[in-house]
Amino acid sequence: MDFKTPLARARGLGSAKSGVEHWWAQRWTALALVPLTVWFVISVIAHIGADHTAAVAWIGNPVTAVLLTLLIAAVFHHGQLGLQVVIEDYVHDERWKLVSLFAVKGAAIVLAVAGILAVLRIATGGVTPGVGA
Amino acid sequence: MAEFALPKNSKVEAGKTWSSAGGGGNVKRFQVYRWDPDDGRNPRLDSYAVDLDKCGPMVLDALIKIKNEIDPTLTFRRSCREGVCGSCAMNIDGTNTLACTSFIAEIKGDAKIYPLPHQPVIKDLVPDQSHFFAQYRTIEPWLKTDSPAPERERLQAPEDRAKLDGLYECILCACCSTSCPSYWWNADRYLGPAILLQAYRWLVDSRDEAIGERLDALEDPFRLYRCHTIMNCTRTCPKSLNPAKAIAEIKKMMVARRG
Repeated sequence: MDFKTPLARARGLGSAKSGVEHWWAQRWTALALVPLTVWFVISVIAHIGADHTAAVAWIGNPVTAVLLTLLIAAVFHHGQLGLQVVIEDYVHDERWKLVSLFAVKGAAIVLAVAGILAVLRIATGGVTPGVGA
Repeated sequence: MAEFALPKNSKVEAGKTWSSAGGGGNVKRFQVYRWDPDDGRNPRLDSYAVDLDKCGPMVLDALIKIKNEIDPTLTFRRSCREGVCGSCAMNIDGTNTLACTSFIAEIKGDAKIYPLPHQPVIKDLVPDQSHFFAQYRTIEPWLKTDSPAPERERLQAPEDRAKLDGLYECILCACCSTSCPSYWWNADRYLGPAILLQAYRWLVDSRDEAIGERLDALEDPFRLYRCHTIMNCTRTCPKSLNPAKAIAEIKKMMVARRG
């Protein structure tokens, strides 16, 4: 039996006084992803059939490297923000919620760092065209 | 996890079919959700036949006729019968709305009538709204000022008064909140569309002096930001208001005051 009053239950632990940064970040990463994704899809289509040398040369181009890095950062930031909301919506067990939030955010960081590092290695000449990493 | 299936004791079973309304040509069947807290049984759908030639045009007229003439145990809330009190909010033909302002003629086939979704049921069509109204209490729905009270009324420019149009009409019937999936899953912390529309009604009141304090209380991943613009609220509102827009305006205010 729970003898809390409805008002006590509705007030709960009070307002977290946060949330606007999360919401705002979700909006601007979404906006950034519109041109970045269009550019990426067009570029990939333009490189259909290209060999390894051509791919390394394309990624090694400074403009491509900058845009690719931004794309990877925006994708994973936006993705983990969205998945966080899904988890908070549906996972109500505190422990499972924490575990899944850590897993999602951890995976996003690992994948983003790996992706950006790969681009940087090529862009800074760490990969010889035609030989592979 | 969020519960997607009904608990065993909430599964709706077939109920009693009450005998026909006496062979009139214009008979409509009403299938009504019944649950009695005292008999230990699962909820069930009772079926009533109503002669529409001897009944008013609204769903509420039919419910009152059923209660008066067929089954006096049928329990529901009603008061004003003209869409300003919000008492007879229920799920009619799959949509949350007011029984007193929905025409029977607009329902194709049998009329299915359930209580508002995802609320604890007290009996039949009467949901427990104590949490809903406690949430209303948390937004402190009254004018807050620090300046000394003026000698006469608090003045408001006509264009400032116009900002309350589309907000002050809310009758807190809870149709919108109980149509919102986000409110279904997280009503314990999410305020829901009705309460957020009411919160916005005070946020845009030019006479109020506590906007910052009100925004502080709302800025929370659950209280406000569980709204994912699903728009069920706006679609279902029996007063044709737009809670989704009010919530979007609150989110804009939150952004406007950051650094």
